[in-house]
Amino acid sequence: MTPLLESQLLTNRRHFFGKTATGLGIPALAHLLTSQAPASEDRVLEAARTIAPKAKRVVYLFQNGAPSHLELFDHKPKLAELNGKPVPASYMEGKRFSTMSAAADKRRLLNSIEPFGKHGQSGATVSALMPYTAKVADDLCFIKSMHTDQVNHAPAINFFLSGFQLPSRPTVGSWLSYGLGSMNENLPTFVVMTSVTKGTSCGQIFYDSYWSSGFLPSRHQGVKLRAGASPVLYLNNPKGIDASLRRRMLDGIASLNEERHTAVGDPEIQTRIAQYEMAYRMQTSVPELADISGESKSTLDLYGPQVHEPGTFARNCLLARRLLERGTRYIQLMHAGWDQHNSLTTELYNQCRDTDQPSAALVQDLKQRGLLDDTLVIWGGEFGRTPFLQGTMENRKRWGRDHHPYAFTIWMAGGGIKPGITHGASDDIGFNAVEDKVHVHDFQATLLHLLGLDHEKLTYKFQGRHYRLTDVHGHVVKPILA
Amino acid sequence: MLRPICQFLLFLPAFAAAAPVGFNSHIRPILSDHCFACHGFDANSREADLRLDTAEGAYAPRDTGTAIVPGKPDDSLIWQRINSTDPDEVMPPPNHLVTLDDQEKALIRQWIEEGATYEKHWTFLPVEKPALPDGTHHPIDSLVTSHLEPLGLGLSPAASRETLIRRLSLDLRGLPPSPNEVNAFLADNSPDAWDKLVDSFLADPAFGERFAWPWLDAARYADSNGFQNDAERTMWPWRDWVVDAINRNLPYDQFTVWQIAGDLLPDATHEQILATGFLRNHAINGEGGSIPEENRVNYVFDMTETVGTVWMGLTLNCCRCHDHKYDPLSQKDYYSLTAFFNQTPVTGAGGDPQTKPNLAVPSVDQRKEKEALLAKIAQLKNERDTLAQEVRNRQTAKPDSPWQCLAPSNVTTSDPGLSFRTLNDHSLLSSGNNPNQATITVQGTLPVGPLHALRLDALRHESMTDGGIARSDSGNFVLTSFEAFLVRKDGSRTKLPLQKPQATFEQGPYTIASALDGNPETGWAVYDGRPIDRDHAALFQLANPLQAQPDDTLEIVLRHQSRHPKHFLGRFKISLSSQPNPPLGDPAPDTVNHPDLQKLDEAIKKEQSHLARIDKETPKVMVMADRPEPRKTFILAVGSYQAPGEQVSAATPAVLPPLQHDSTPDRLDLARWLVSREHPLTSRVTVNRLWQTLFGTGLIKSPEDLGVQSEIPVHPELLDWLAADFMDSGWNFKKLVKTIVTSRVYRQTSQVDSLALERDPDNRLLARAPRYRLPSWMIRDQALALSGRLVRELGGEPVKPWQPEGLWAEVTFGGGKKHYVPDTGEKLRRRTLYTFWRRISAPPMIFDNAKRETCEVGVYRTNSPLHALATLNDPLYVECARALAYRAQALDASNPIDAAFTLISCRRPTAAEGRTIARLHQDALTHFQSKPDDARALLAIGELPISETMAPEKQAALTTTILSLLNTDEALTRE
Repeated sequence: MTPLLESQLLTNRRHFFGKTATGLGIPALAHLLTSQAPASEDRVLEAARTIAPKAKRVVYLFQNGAPSHLELFDHKPKLAELNGKPVPASYMEGKRFSTMSAAADKRRLLNSIEPFGKHGQSGATVSALMPYTAKVADDLCFIKSMHTDQVNHAPAINFFLSGFQLPSRPTVGSWLSYGLGSMNENLPTFVVMTSVTKGTSCGQIFYDSYWSSGFLPSRHQGVKLRAGASPVLYLNNPKGIDASLRRRMLDGIASLNEERHTAVGDPEIQTRIAQYEMAYRMQTSVPELADISGESKSTLDLYGPQVHEPGTFARNCLLARRLLERGTRYIQLMHAGWDQHNSLTTELYNQCRDTDQPSAALVQDLKQRGLLDDTLVIWGGEFGRTPFLQGTMENRKRWGRDHHPYAFTIWMAGGGIKPGITHGASDDIGFNAVEDKVHVHDFQATLLHLLGLDHEKLTYKFQGRHYRLTDVHGHVVKPILA
Repeated sequence: MLRPICQFLLFLPAFAAAAPVGFNSHIRPILSDHCFACHGFDANSREADLRLDTAEGAYAPRDTGTAIVPGKPDDSLIWQRINSTDPDEVMPPPNHLVTLDDQEKALIRQWIEEGATYEKHWTFLPVEKPALPDGTHHPIDSLVTSHLEPLGLGLSPAASRETLIRRLSLDLRGLPPSPNEVNAFLADNSPDAWDKLVDSFLADPAFGERFAWPWLDAARYADSNGFQNDAERTMWPWRDWVVDAINRNLPYDQFTVWQIAGDLLPDATHEQILATGFLRNHAINGEGGSIPEENRVNYVFDMTETVGTVWMGLTLNCCRCHDHKYDPLSQKDYYSLTAFFNQTPVTGAGGDPQTKPNLAVPSVDQRKEKEALLAKIAQLKNERDTLAQEVRNRQTAKPDSPWQCLAPSNVTTSDPGLSFRTLNDHSLLSSGNNPNQATITVQGTLPVGPLHALRLDALRHESMTDGGIARSDSGNFVLTSFEAFLVRKDGSRTKLPLQKPQATFEQGPYTIASALDGNPETGWAVYDGRPIDRDHAALFQLANPLQAQPDDTLEIVLRHQSRHPKHFLGRFKISLSSQPNPPLGDPAPDTVNHPDLQKLDEAIKKEQSHLARIDKETPKVMVMADRPEPRKTFILAVGSYQAPGEQVSAATPAVLPPLQHDSTPDRLDLARWLVSREHPLTSRVTVNRLWQTLFGTGLIKSPEDLGVQSEIPVHPELLDWLAADFMDSGWNFKKLVKTIVTSRVYRQTSQVDSLALERDPDNRLLARAPRYRLPSWMIRDQALALSGRLVRELGGEPVKPWQPEGLWAEVTFGGGKKHYVPDTGEKLRRRTLYTFWRRISAPPMIFDNAKRETCEVGVYRTNSPLHALATLNDPLYVECARALAYRAQALDASNPIDAAFTLISCRRPTAAEGRTIARLHQDALTHFQSKPDDARALLAIGELPISETMAPEKQAALTTTILSLLNTDEALTRE
């Protein structure tokens, strides 16, 4: 609307209200006609993108169920000393735990079940459970002082991915899609793949809210690629309609749409044509993506034997690399089965077997292709596990650890991250993060920063408020930036 | 805090027509966006003790000057600060999200020059009915055109009749018009043809189904709990109630009151209680390890915020942690509102998808069957009792048990309204009053002979809470004292000392010994963390066994004096033992025994289990109720259940009209307040949402927020006129719909030229009709309707149409994997409204819809390629295309393509379109002629039998062509 028209409209509506009986006339407002324009969104994005990006893409290896930091990366010799002893009261004050934990006086400390070693030039501490990760330790940055506000899975995962514990807010991938846009119009910008270790007794559910766009436009929502013949829902043509006939159908539809556009003038019709073309391109690009027959034996071997099985974490890691190569902005690989309430000495080994090699392989593979420099790789769960035992000391087969939000470890690698370092520390029994503590919102702020987005300025106005991924919190963790 | 603003407003001169800058129109949006976050309503985050949202704050003298001096911008600190070049001085500060532009600064200057007058936010002012500028036209038309004419604009011409009937049918019924309806309308030249059409669509049951959809979105309706366990619930009778209430045009004020507080209405009907399912549609977290109180608090938040959004368009969730940054809503206001819902008896524990309070909603058949069974059981029981009495009179032999029942001869209680009656097994069952504390005295004649021990059976009964032992919150009791007395014929009364108590179960410190310790605060209880699902018993040895004489009476006094309210034994039995040290063992058997009695008992049991099965199958809708004892409500710091602060009581926000109530206000007062004529928001919010449903965008484009941060619409007086008229009509929803759709504004064409498009791309002026993609559910319903196979049955259990395999299994693990088993036959062809909605795995054919996690009232319209893939490839659409092909063939065998086109778009194709379609059809025909297997494969999709009267390749070509037609922009669009 032009300023002149706006002003005319305004004057008229004032005139109208001046005549109403109440005298409490609502002033006319043409103002909104300009302020609501998408220009305001552009202004926000322009303001948010003022940081030089270090990474263009992200692959987040999300370990659902919360891996035990005390088994995998956070070595605490004192636990060996205090094995079987009650937790000293000073650690426990004011803490809340899942209602699955035993009474406080029955909490016994438990030593890590496998030995740790020092690896690489950096001398990173990694458990014998993670031999492949140990080999790439010099490429990784371990953050051992993570802490969160949530003690149960779904709220904690929502919190990690969307900054809020209840489902309803946009997740990291949709913020990136909104903040940075697409790099490949044949594939979705935000892709999700899920897997679970077979035979897991305590696998967690993958809720849609983990890749929700919340109140952002739903084009920013994560697209879940599924294992099997139809990685995207309804991707395949109906039986009997082949690609050439589908092409002719789409040409026919497009012609009819063009004719309609001429008749009614609605520019949305052009969007519709584009939408159908994108659908058509996905029908080609997605199967091409999922077809790994062109991968070399050495590459496949790198990811381990499970890469041959669709739906495994190994296969998903390989697909993630293929997606990254093709310009997908953000990939969220979620692997469930880490919830070792009573399976530290059993299922934990399977978890490590299924995820250790592929995770390390992805880092190596990206590195050898020169993609690691501008790809951010993240590995971690939603919280840690208690230094104390769940179960009884006598029954080793059923040893477990409960949910623990006060200290845990994640690692990051690639674009913009200092390789071969450890940041922060937990206390001597891995109970509380004490040194250079990193809160979930700090992690989120750092992630956005690496992608060139200011977490305080990347906002979206909804319900009258400018919402952020980091709510009103978060500080960029500068010491880990390269 | 807000009163001064209102008083101030009273002194304002009536609106000055000549003033070009208004506070609400220009200044509030600027200040709100740039200043209020630090200088607004929220006292806790207020910087420099300066608030700019009130005149008092802005005009108050400060050390360094005055923020705003009316009439004198150069003397006003804010003018100096917004123009400062010093980074330490300039406002908003450099790290602020966006800066003021020159136009905004100029407006502020002008506003100060003109007196810097403040106004209350317009949607918080009462709804006044604006006078119409031109009384001769339809009110909507005259209000809209009054803004268009000065711009040299006018309404667009009416759309074609073909477009209009399709538009109206989709808008009002969510279904396309039938060919008969189209033909009749096109042939009707009477002046009231449109009115008649509107009336017929308003009367169609599909109207209720169509308008139920956005209501279900707002109500976060789903057929499962959500979260990890995502147990399946049975809230669908509530959904059916919504459809029915809309169809019979239940006035919106009642529609409101019933859903928020139907249970509290005097003599609440079944239907009024059922309506309160609205509030209980929230997700339920049954995750192992989750903390019940945290869950409960979340449920209360959800109810509060849902009501805030649906009726008031307020973003209450902002106030969970702090005062609202923009709207005059304090954190205390928020928690005072939660107090209305905090009276729920729900504890937050467990993931029962029918968590009490619930309401059984049997079908007609179930009700009949149940009535018959109850009659039969009553008759059998009657027979049994008669026989038992006969047997009891005859019988002398005692059964083989150490225990023998005491037949009570007299029962008294501390509360005259509490009474006990003796059941056939000699147990005593309470009814009547349910006092917090109770003392029960039982007397019965002792059998002559030795007496060594007493036994107390604490027995469950269906009339107790959760079928437990008491009418307390959990069904648990606390027996604080058990005493026995021997009453002799001469009236002497001797206390019998008791010792060595034993019990079947003791709840932690609530031991049976506590019932003998004389301490009224300690006692015996049996709760073990789950609903009480077994009977309990205790025994007491007499310290001095006695020899009962004829006419000796035993008196037992049971005291329940703990701080736990209503924890008294609701059903119990006293037994005696003549043996020393008897085992607790089984309870004393019923004293009567007879083979015919056994038969009758078995018959009763059989009928009762049949009854239980019906009860289990009967859907139970979670509904509202309030706890008997009020629960205290506190402000929770940062919304945490662990951090209660100041106690608050139920109240409504001060910025809104006062709540009328007699005693402590409850949900019913709240609901009535929402629909009072004085409430400024309910009618505006409702009209705005309806406008969104009919025009694609609300008059205010944020239906979830009518607060200070919302836009002020182009047509505020239209919103107010409709809101006032809606209330004046007695909240007549169908009348409101009719008023809108009979306007010229509604009937305009949606065609647009490039000039108009450039001038008003988002059509906020309403100088043309909107044109937008249909919701995904309506696209699906349309395809089913066009296929001629839509099953128009109203209501009932949710149905499971086809969906890609594995979707449910992917979101569940382990042995409890949930597998989606699609229905067959008619259930595949119901309206999408009835599709089973699993909260953690929503139906995959739904796009751009509310997620049904929390209340959502907005519309979403993105153009995801995934949606295109669904409408091109989902077997449902393929089958619909084939069915439509057969239908078109039957309608016009000579030109089925034209017939199908006309069914879809209600118009004939143009010559150019005809050529395009013919070319596509010929291509398809050629394809299938060369590949007959492809034709057969395509025709095999779906349940519809393949036509035997048409060659397969012809069928396939026609199907392919029509599938394409169903995917044109026109087919997917409301024009």
